[in-house]
Amino acid sequence: MHELGIAASILESVEKEAQRRPGAHISKVGVKIGELAGVDQDALQFGFEVLVKDTDFEPLALELEYVPRIQRCSMCSHEFRMTEFDPRCPLCADFATVCVSGEELDIAYMEVDE
Amino acid sequence: MNRIAVEKKVLNENQILADQLRERYRQNDVLCVNLVSSPGSGKTALLERTLERMDKSSRVAVLTGDLQTENDAKRLAKFGFPVKQITTGGTCHLDAKMIGRHLEGWPLEDLDLLIVENVGNLVCPSSYDLGEDAKIVLLSTTEGEDKPLKYPSIFFKSELMLLTKIDLLPYVPFKAELAKENARRVHPGMEIIDVSSTTGEGLDHWMEWLSARQKKRANV
Repeated sequence: MHELGIAASILESVEKEAQRRPGAHISKVGVKIGELAGVDQDALQFGFEVLVKDTDFEPLALELEYVPRIQRCSMCSHEFRMTEFDPRCPLCADFATVCVSGEELDIAYMEVDE
Repeated sequence: MNRIAVEKKVLNENQILADQLRERYRQNDVLCVNLVSSPGSGKTALLERTLERMDKSSRVAVLTGDLQTENDAKRLAKFGFPVKQITTGGTCHLDAKMIGRHLEGWPLEDLDLLIVENVGNLVCPSSYDLGEDAKIVLLSTTEGEDKPLKYPSIFFKSELMLLTKIDLLPYVPFKAELAKENARRVHPGMEIIDVSSTTGEGLDHWMEWLSARQKKRANV
């Protein structure tokens, strides 16, 4: 339910980038969303479309990249995709694994028509 | 068409403000904790019992967030410590800007502990850094044991889980061990304390956690 606010924050970043590039049009923004970010992709996409519609930002696409949760084992350094909330290392069964990706809520890139 | 790398956080503006708050807490040696839970898990009741147990000379203040009403601030003001209500007017979480605005007029050098009671919501508050030292998530025995699995983000990001309303365990089908196991599946090694704001059980342990966390902060 906070996706509209997040969409607005993405749009603010696009606006700032556009101001730095007079005469250019930003046509796409790429955003990474981690599994643990707590953001619903459909709601974000919908909110973004609503905010962009009938503004000077059009045409502007939002491309979302989902980043799965990856754990790294502190014992053997093995990295694995964590599923079913089982943090154990599949190789050495150690529980001491740390999250190395999956928390992202980042703007990765923008595509600019100069 | 030209693709440019940006690599910055979507909530960059919030992050900047949160980092500024964090730095102010550090300079003034203030421990800030952010309490998060579903509506009705007992955040305000826990705070009542917490403030009641504080020494009158304690340098503690509370910011309490809700969509509407000043009810929580009124409940908490009785204990004589500074309390401010943040009414978000519909927004489902607190953000760093709201915290900064409501800290105006409170000299941080006069505080040792700032408790933020977030809006009752397990989803959105997990995305917004408030500059706190620790998020603390509450789960009550009248909810489902699988909440940590349904809302992993906040359980992953919280340093401590308080299992509240444990006095009700004989009357509800809630399996406490299963709930804790679920929390630790999402967040291996997570600290968990059982509490009841009604009977007072576990509150000493919680108060000890707070004071230990303050000491740990002072040593960082």
